[in-house]
Amino acid sequence: MKSLAELEEIRKKALDSVNLRKEREEGIRVVVGMATCGIAAGARPVLNAFVEEVAKRKLNNVTVTQTGCIGVCRLEPIVEVYVPGQEKVTYVKMTPEKAVQVVNEHIVNGKTCIQYTIGAADK
Amino acid sequence: MRELSLHIMDIVQNSISADADLIQIIIHEDVEKDILEICIIDNGKGMPEDLLKTVSDPFTTTRTTRKVGLGISLFKAAAEQCNGHFSIESAVGKGTVVKASFQHSHIDRAPLGNIGETILNIVTGNPDVNFVYIHHVDNRQFEFDTRKIKDILQGVLINNAEVILWLKDYLNENIMSLYGGVS
Repeated sequence: MKSLAELEEIRKKALDSVNLRKEREEGIRVVVGMATCGIAAGARPVLNAFVEEVAKRKLNNVTVTQTGCIGVCRLEPIVEVYVPGQEKVTYVKMTPEKAVQVVNEHIVNGKTCIQYTIGAADK
Repeated sequence: MRELSLHIMDIVQNSISADADLIQIIIHEDVEKDILEICIIDNGKGMPEDLLKTVSDPFTTTRTTRKVGLGISLFKAAAEQCNGHFSIESAVGKGTVVKASFQHSHIDRAPLGNIGETILNIVTGNPDVNFVYIHHVDNRQFEFDTRKIKDILQGVLINNAEVILWLKDYLNENIMSLYGGVS
């Protein structure tokens, strides 16, 4: 079982490494639509996949956040990726598997997963 | 919604939009009394009486982009189709209480689902909001309070990568033991 004592250990480790970290503001932002439409379409496992994959890979410059309805409910779950200095990329009809792929290809390697973008979906 | 925990996630978003900084999620499961109760209590800005009267109506919403809002009406329908009850109480400046009850054994009752994932995501997605999650299953109980976690974490954010991975296991192990599972 996980104990609160372990949490104390995690805190100590995190405080040691906190100074090495870059400012969060200049990092990459992943925004998942979590309104009723998104949640009903399966946004929670998608959000969870992003949060876990980012945590596992220790991508400290990436923040995963939630937002309301992005406005195209029929294409939910929708995820927006903001890389500083680049145009926003909107991914649609996401799944946890696609989310892991976006973290690996887009966020880590800088190569957009064109096939999952809103542009590809509307063709 | 396929899981009751998805409704919880949805209703909690309302509390967050209402600027709540303390949100309590209380789940009561009693197989003998054949009841499952979900209660979400926030200290957000609350609703005036006229909004409260119509808030369960799918054509009531605070958003400005369109005229439908389904979150509360779906939750209400989910409860009522399972011999349950649904209520909302709210007071401006004080907060809102949403309660839904279900016949535990009702054939149309959606499973509670992955409540651990719901709690993890709302907690780590809203690091400035405090959450209390209390879950009773028969005579077992699990109580989780982010204020206690943050007391331990002083100086480290609750959405720190290592903390997220710890929280995930901590929540899931405790929820599993509510149902008699061993881990």
